[in-house]
Amino acid sequence: MIDTPAAFARPWDVLVIGGGNAALCAAISARRSGARVLVLEGAPRFYRGGNTRHTRNMRCAHDAATEILTGPYFEEEFFDDLMRVTGGQTDQELARHMIHESKEMLHWIVEQGVRFQPSLGGTLSLGRTNSFFLGGGRSMLNALYRTAEGLGVEVAYDAEVIDLDVDKGVFRAATVRHGGAVFKVRAATLVAAAGGFEANIEWLKEGWGDIAENFLIRGTPYNRGTVLKMLIGKGVQSIGDPTQCHAVAIDARAPKFDGGIITRLDCVVFGIVVNKNCERFYDEGEDIWPKRYAIWGRLVAAQPDQIAYIVFDAKSLKLFMPSLYPPVQAPSLRELAAKLELDPGKFAATVAEFNGAVRPGTFDDKILDDCRTEGLSPPKTHWARPLDTAPFYAYPVRPGITFTYLGVRVDHDARMQLADGGKAENMFAAGEIMAGNVLGKGYAAGIGMTIGSVFGRIAGREAANNARQ
Amino acid sequence: MPASDTMLAADPVHATNALKEADRLMTVCNSCRYCEGLCAVFPAMEMRRSFSDGDLNYLANLCHSCGACYYDCQFSPPHEFDINVPRNLAVVRADSYRAYAWPAALRPMFDRNGLAISLVAALSVAAFILGFIAWHDPAVLFGTHTGPGAFYRLMPHNAMAALFGGVFLYAIVALVLGVCAFWRDIGAPGAEIADPPSLWQAIKDAGQLRYLDGGGVGCMNESEKPDDNRRLYHHFTFYGFMLCFAATSVATLYHYLLGREAPYPIWDLPVLLGTAGGVGLIVGPIGLLAAKFRREKAMQDEARFGMDVAFLGMLFLTSLTGLALLALRATPAMGVLLALHLGVVFALFFTMPYGKFVHGIYRFVALVRYAKERRTLAAGAAEA
Repeated sequence: MIDTPAAFARPWDVLVIGGGNAALCAAISARRSGARVLVLEGAPRFYRGGNTRHTRNMRCAHDAATEILTGPYFEEEFFDDLMRVTGGQTDQELARHMIHESKEMLHWIVEQGVRFQPSLGGTLSLGRTNSFFLGGGRSMLNALYRTAEGLGVEVAYDAEVIDLDVDKGVFRAATVRHGGAVFKVRAATLVAAAGGFEANIEWLKEGWGDIAENFLIRGTPYNRGTVLKMLIGKGVQSIGDPTQCHAVAIDARAPKFDGGIITRLDCVVFGIVVNKNCERFYDEGEDIWPKRYAIWGRLVAAQPDQIAYIVFDAKSLKLFMPSLYPPVQAPSLRELAAKLELDPGKFAATVAEFNGAVRPGTFDDKILDDCRTEGLSPPKTHWARPLDTAPFYAYPVRPGITFTYLGVRVDHDARMQLADGGKAENMFAAGEIMAGNVLGKGYAAGIGMTIGSVFGRIAGREAANNARQ
Repeated sequence: MPASDTMLAADPVHATNALKEADRLMTVCNSCRYCEGLCAVFPAMEMRRSFSDGDLNYLANLCHSCGACYYDCQFSPPHEFDINVPRNLAVVRADSYRAYAWPAALRPMFDRNGLAISLVAALSVAAFILGFIAWHDPAVLFGTHTGPGAFYRLMPHNAMAALFGGVFLYAIVALVLGVCAFWRDIGAPGAEIADPPSLWQAIKDAGQLRYLDGGGVGCMNESEKPDDNRRLYHHFTFYGFMLCFAATSVATLYHYLLGREAPYPIWDLPVLLGTAGGVGLIVGPIGLLAAKFRREKAMQDEARFGMDVAFLGMLFLTSLTGLALLALRATPAMGVLLALHLGVVFALFFTMPYGKFVHGIYRFVALVRYAKERRTLAAGAAEA
């Protein structure tokens, strides 16, 4: 443990704000470039790392299969995937730069102590493109912290930055609240890697209105976006839609914060989804689940009270990954509705209408099969099978917010750009706080970690160079 | 039977609260799977969607308590999900030792195991000392005896062989019956235990403590900073024990086949093996005990601390008294040291089925089962 008041008083070459993948890659990279580095993590030690603690893999381009990746994933294919998921909302030049750099990241991150393994059980579709962290994201973080501390990077926890002294794109100092006291920390350069604002309900309400009160936050309560807000307030150019966030439908029984991956539900395609009025509202079988899971948070957010229910029957129970809570179960549809506190008559009628619209087909959950409804609105275009086999099951779901898109604009060197034109003198950014540069909307598994590691490494190196000048 | 009837019963019936908690943990872990590369427990878990008591006892005995999953888990304490797999499986594992012990009448020895083993050891040592005193006049007990057969002037060889052969056989019978109970409980087909490829795999996995390494970086015993100390000290202990066992076996062959009586010269095989093993049994238990005291409290099954310490203590004393006997065997202290050593060894054998020793047996058997499950799964995947 460092003596924090003494550390705060010392002058630093590079001050890193944040404690996740991007922050640690920046800290390590800056330290390896010879800089004296202080990391300010706003969370307590256990919750260090923001969203990184919930991640499990990283998407990097590679020209050949490796011990853990089943085949090549060329830069061009990565770029095409990014264009597809973002609908073109990306800084193409920066995206290509990141994708190119990601190739080397597979080796660099291993040199920092991170260990990989082949894709996890149940995630075979990612086996070629994504490298999984052995032990998951927290294990990856632990390795980065071990390496950073071994190199002499100093880390302060519970160190919340409450103000930045920035003048015309020049960073001078950060004001830090720690242990009930307030300190001013000076450094030659700044790397902001403090994440987005997904845990800041008040801020989410600016984009979503009061319904944001009903959102669940998948990560820690510490992702409040205060550094992002300060930077934009101090004249740094913003990028990305300020109102948008990545939202999936997660178990409504999950805690308000930090439920992580185990609250996710992969069973929408196997049943129907109704709102609290027992009405279906979207085609549950539109496409394979990995391509559709990210729209359901938004869909549920648009329903009354921001709640919905995935309903399926005994035929489908074993077709998907288990999750944290068991489904609500009942021997009949009416009893299931009663347990969900829905109108049993309307519920049974909705299921009956659906069942009546299902056309015969050959069920196959591996392909876009021919099981569909006819004359139903909205339709279910694949995997439609009547709900007729007791017992019946349901999961209540709510929007679960993963991350936000608003960020600060950066260039190739991860240097912040100013709103009135020009570049910041000594301020760099990495990770979710600048992800909007390459990820304007949508998501592809593991890309958040790629953004964090690649730009973290660049930001650290450039900050160290900058500090020397 | 549709699996759905049992797998999502609202409140599955489990024999103990620890098993109930293990079921909760394995269900949570099964929906995450980030730890599957760390050891055998999580891949074995993934082969199941619901967990009977037998399944949980199997998983608990597969766990080597390396601690990596505790430090790698985003939901371990203080997180509200309170995912603490190493501690829970340690509790379930120790409960299972008690549940499988034969005969049932001796199962309470596990309740206060440290005390029970200390008492047995003390009584055993006292019995040997009193026995020697009762059989011989003090001149023999405190005399100096050297040359072949010196030990047998204190206790006739046949008496020694009968006593230790007897207690050894008893321990084997009790352990075998315990293993049978375990094998039945985890629902493994009887013939699988003799599947040669699985046995060989388990021998390799156990021999190198493959799963006591946090998935490759080392054990996380006291913090998220891994090291290989526990594996190293366990190797000292286990191979030290095996060397001592080999020394005794060679000596038995010498006695019956070659007619050569103990004590043997310093350079002779039984003494060389025993000395090397003895050093292992000094260094190993000390290292493991130190690691135990340093271990993160949150991961410990504190109620079983006594059991662990008692077993390490017995191994340590076995070696210490043996080495002392070797060093002082030509002095008048030999008689008392022999009684001490024999008393400790007798107690060690007698308590084997009723203490931490069984961990090695059950863990090995669990590894056999795991190897077989892996092979079956691979064969199924190859067919598909």
